[in-house]
Amino acid sequence: MTRFSTEERLGVLLRLLRPAPVGWVRAAQELPAARRTFDEIVVRAEADLAFRAALLADLEQALTAEGYEPDRRVLDEIRVRLTDN
Amino acid sequence: MTRYSSLPDAELVRACRAGDAEAWNELVERYSRYVYAIAVRGFRLSDDDAEDVFQDVFTRIYLRLDTLRDDSALRPWIAQLTRRRCLDALSSKGREAPADDEALIAEESADLADVEEAYAVREALSGLSENCQDILDRFFAQDQSYRTIAEELEIPSGTIASRIARCLGRLKQELEGRNEGAEGSRG
Repeated sequence: MTRFSTEERLGVLLRLLRPAPVGWVRAAQELPAARRTFDEIVVRAEADLAFRAALLADLEQALTAEGYEPDRRVLDEIRVRLTDN
Repeated sequence: MTRYSSLPDAELVRACRAGDAEAWNELVERYSRYVYAIAVRGFRLSDDDAEDVFQDVFTRIYLRLDTLRDDSALRPWIAQLTRRRCLDALSSKGREAPADDEALIAEESADLADVEEAYAVREALSGLSENCQDILDRFFAQDQSYRTIAEELEIPSGTIASRIARCLGRLKQELEGRNEGAEGSRG
């Protein structure tokens, strides 16, 4: 017999691959857009010293004021990028 | 179901590389349960750690898709990325495979083997009718009751058990067919 010999075992295996939380999946699907936002902010911060200073002073407020709504992960990355440079 | 649902991994990868957003959505959809299961079942990470691993794995996939040498080897690549990130998460919490943890490591390794087996079952499931895929997924993976399934699918609740049994039987046949096919092609 095969490894999948009983319906009971099949049930156990089907239970193992449960759906990931919807919000996690959506965030992963929105990655390309998030990356574009990240790249845009970084390029702008490198070219515009006033914008960069505003980001360093209060990242979330500066981005909100400019109409960006980046998620936590993008914010963290921007923080790291700004302090690295 | 989208037009990408039945696309083989290699073609899906090529479409993602070309910047096709729908293909990326399908890639995430196709592997989200797998990555989640490795993190939560295989390595028993907490929800917070599992979420970090999950997002990080998909970020790495997105950023490094160009480095994948064999487009058809997407799943082992994702498995490797996920396992590495899970180990990083564990070691950052100070759980770094000490010798007295051998029983736990053996259990985790058995759980990881189960996740691989579950993935094979999930692939076989896609060979069944959409009705069977739906009812088995609702009952086993989403823990829906007979009553909920009956209400949402608008079918008599008294028929749910027999439908599940029939679909499980078909799934078993599908797996046996695939195994025989694989054995036949080996020799």
